[in-house]
Amino acid sequence: MAPAPAPVRRRSRGRTGDRLLFVYTWLIIAWLALPIFIMIMFGFNDTKGRYNQTWQGFTFKWYGRLLEIPALTEAVRNSLLIAVGTTVVAGALGTLVGLALGRYRFRGHGTTNFVMFAVIASPELVMGASLLSFFVYIGAGLGKTTILISHVMFSISFVAVVVRARVLTLDRYIEEAARDLGAGPWTTFRLVTWPMIFPAVLAGGLLAFVLSIDDFVITNFTAGTTTTFPLWIWGATRVGLPPQVNVMGTLIFAVGILIALASALSSRRRPS
Amino acid sequence: MKPQHPFTSPPPLDPALLRGLTARRLSRRDALRISGLSAAAMALAACGVKGQGNQTPTTPAADAVAKFWQGKSKNGKVDMASWPLYMDPEKPELKAFTQKTGITVNYQEVIEEMGPWFAKVQPQLSAGQPIGYDIMVITNGVQFKQFVQSNFLAPLDHSKLPNYKANAGASYKNETFDPGNVYSIPWQSGITGIAYDPNRISRPITKLADLWDPAFKGKVGMFNDPAELGNFGMMVLGIDPDKSTEADWQRAADKLKEQKSIVRKYYDQSYIDALGSGEVWITQAWSGDVFQKNVSEGKNFKFVVPEEGGTLWTDNMTIPITAQNPVDAIMLMDYFYDVEVAATLAEYINYITPVPAAKPLIEQHASEASGEDKDYLAAVAESPLVFPTEADYAKLNYYRDFANAAEQQKYQTIFEPIILS
Amino acid sequence: MKRRLAPYFLILPGGLWLLLFFVLPMGIMLSLSLMEGDVVSGYQMTFHWQTYVDGIQNYREQIVRSLIYGLITTVVQIILAFPIAYWIAFRGGRHKSTYLLLLLLPFFVSFVLRTISWRFVLTDEGLLLAPLKSAGLLPADFHIIGTAPAVIGGLVYNFLPFMILPIYVALERIDPRVVEAAKDLYATPVQVFTRVIFPLALPGVFAGVLMTFVPASSDYVNSAVLGSSGTTMIGQVIQSQYLTSQNYPTASALSFTLMAILLIGIFTYARALGTEDVLKVAAR
Repeated sequence: MAPAPAPVRRRSRGRTGDRLLFVYTWLIIAWLALPIFIMIMFGFNDTKGRYNQTWQGFTFKWYGRLLEIPALTEAVRNSLLIAVGTTVVAGALGTLVGLALGRYRFRGHGTTNFVMFAVIASPELVMGASLLSFFVYIGAGLGKTTILISHVMFSISFVAVVVRARVLTLDRYIEEAARDLGAGPWTTFRLVTWPMIFPAVLAGGLLAFVLSIDDFVITNFTAGTTTTFPLWIWGATRVGLPPQVNVMGTLIFAVGILIALASALSSRRRPS
Repeated sequence: MKPQHPFTSPPPLDPALLRGLTARRLSRRDALRISGLSAAAMALAACGVKGQGNQTPTTPAADAVAKFWQGKSKNGKVDMASWPLYMDPEKPELKAFTQKTGITVNYQEVIEEMGPWFAKVQPQLSAGQPIGYDIMVITNGVQFKQFVQSNFLAPLDHSKLPNYKANAGASYKNETFDPGNVYSIPWQSGITGIAYDPNRISRPITKLADLWDPAFKGKVGMFNDPAELGNFGMMVLGIDPDKSTEADWQRAADKLKEQKSIVRKYYDQSYIDALGSGEVWITQAWSGDVFQKNVSEGKNFKFVVPEEGGTLWTDNMTIPITAQNPVDAIMLMDYFYDVEVAATLAEYINYITPVPAAKPLIEQHASEASGEDKDYLAAVAESPLVFPTEADYAKLNYYRDFANAAEQQKYQTIFEPIILS
Repeated sequence: MKRRLAPYFLILPGGLWLLLFFVLPMGIMLSLSLMEGDVVSGYQMTFHWQTYVDGIQNYREQIVRSLIYGLITTVVQIILAFPIAYWIAFRGGRHKSTYLLLLLLPFFVSFVLRTISWRFVLTDEGLLLAPLKSAGLLPADFHIIGTAPAVIGGLVYNFLPFMILPIYVALERIDPRVVEAAKDLYATPVQVFTRVIFPLALPGVFAGVLMTFVPASSDYVNSAVLGSSGTTMIGQVIQSQYLTSQNYPTASALSFTLMAILLIGIFTYARALGTEDVLKVAAR
């Protein structure tokens, strides 16, 4: 039995509180986005020399002169190749693990969970350092292969977690029904399970792609003389970053957004 | 008549000891495989023992040279790894080389400090993997020795280096760190001294002690290489780095610690950009960098060799043992010893050129030029930073050389805390 | 029969990969930390525990500093994240996923590029300081880059979404009727927060702390780009020992020590929370 004046007081106080929170939220979002905005803007900077420090006018020319720096182009190419490779391999391996963890109860369940957790929680520095120690120990040399191996390693867990979350929400009876109707396990998987988990696999794959293409710390340890986009940036900061870096960054950012939107849309369309 | 040239200082090691040091012993890989702690390590040891037993004894230079160069031929391209500010960004010399020989050159300024460079390429070289470069320009010093001791450098075929033979200065054919130039030929020499911005610092800078002046608080830059730091710390106290003892290093480290409160940051090659952006006003610097910076940005930074002394070093062209295009590489290396090429290089980068005949050529260019160009070229020909005199050399010291790894580690542990805290 | 073996086949490839490239390298790093020698002449296993003692002694300052920075970063992030997570969870309505996407937007750009952009903004004569200096509001030699606040600011910036998201997830699960009930029982807004909302959000806070404290303490990019030698963190030391001095035993020892400290910290924290089993949280 609430006294009559109280709700009014509460509501008005709530409204200013709400408004404050609204403004605050947008401030934080703006703050988070500020460097991105700067990166995108300075990709349109009409700068004369190589130094992209002060605003000198708007231009699209850098989008046309994107591939002028061979070392940078090669680095981006390496990044893309490795990211695609990571997405495919980690996507496959992670999906399998996610299926297992979400669907079955088995002896190694807790341990597998723990290892997944350990990979996600471990500092990248330590993982990179241990990988370098490993590759040096076995005399494997460093390069694109070792980078790919490292990227797949830390991506598997992320994909597995995403897929597992999805699998846990699946209605097992649909699969039971399919089996009752005579479908073999592979057919069941192909026609029933896979479409249901596909959005999660896509999301996991996107995650692996983004993690791989932007990774710096672990790549720094396992790359040797190979460069990837983040490594090239790190090495080039002393001379000042050319506008092409901003353009490449903007493009990669745009691709990531597109894939994320696609993934979100596809998951919304599926009723389960 | 010619007094002892600075480049031929007495070898720090007995030649027999040097030979012993460069003998290929049990490799790191083999040592790791023999040891074992965890089951995994032991399992690896079991796998690894099979691959063991590859100890090649020291072979006489002639054999090694022939063996390496046998069957190698021109491929039409070469990848060169060097330091920033060692080449005109327009790369006219490289373009001329391509026109003359048809070999395309991929010139990358990827080396910024010797320590990280060695650490970066060591795993690949020790695994026999190509590193993506056919020439690397490396400084004489600790890492150069490590490169040699690890057998990472290809022995050069001097029959393919006619220009070098004809045009290199006498001292450049007689290096202590690479006797007989088996593995390297010099690229340029340089001096570590002090660079400063005269627009911000009105009084003339002449001494190492100026780097300790509290008036420049927060605007002083120093290198983050222990070898460079250590030398300056010792020289400002009047210690000769060559004869320094561990106690001397401690004194130098203490002096450097006093300086920490006014140092803005410990830099690698990026000091020159910090100077350019105004982040520092006075900094430890390499002799030629300032001049390119002035040209490309229209500034007027100054470089001085301090009264107490500066550090002299040589950057050398070497071919890694896993290079894919060694013949093209050695052709390019020899090309830089053509007198005309050496002269144009020196005119742009302002480092000490290994080709003495470049000086009269630059003077000739100066007399043919006019106006600003004439003054500039004349200044280059006269510059003690490009053609030092004996008196200039007398003021300069080398990096401290170490008798063994333990000594070098000790030096490192004494100076490292300055950079890392 | 096949059914029972199915999960093992499924986890085999992924599990093997992780065993080979995550678990095994850790073991090798541990064994490397006890070896002696150098890169050129090789390493010998001598169970040289002294490496650990020396490492911790020599770099005690950096280790402590890294933990402190990590702690400050985490606390600041909890304070900054809570309001925004609260707002999205309780007032976000239809636009919840849009907000979340906006929050995650920065992660589509490389960590390095983001941090360097910040340096660009905060540099001595850059976008932020130049106008303030020419307006006379700041002395000419004032600088942000190279100070501890700059590094901590960078750390907070880079990991904030990792704190917002878990708190949001936990808050979203709260049944609004519980909050209503508390209000009906005459609880003040403060009490509603401290007695109902915050405790229910704790698992999210814990997850957020986990995903923030660990990477923040072991970071080296922020300090290298935005800091100076006075802000050196243990991550930089480890990176330098591996990639500059190639002092693998010391580097490995420090790396292991850092991980041990972080693990102990996490487990202690989990214990302190009482009911939360770490694995349960992990499983969520």
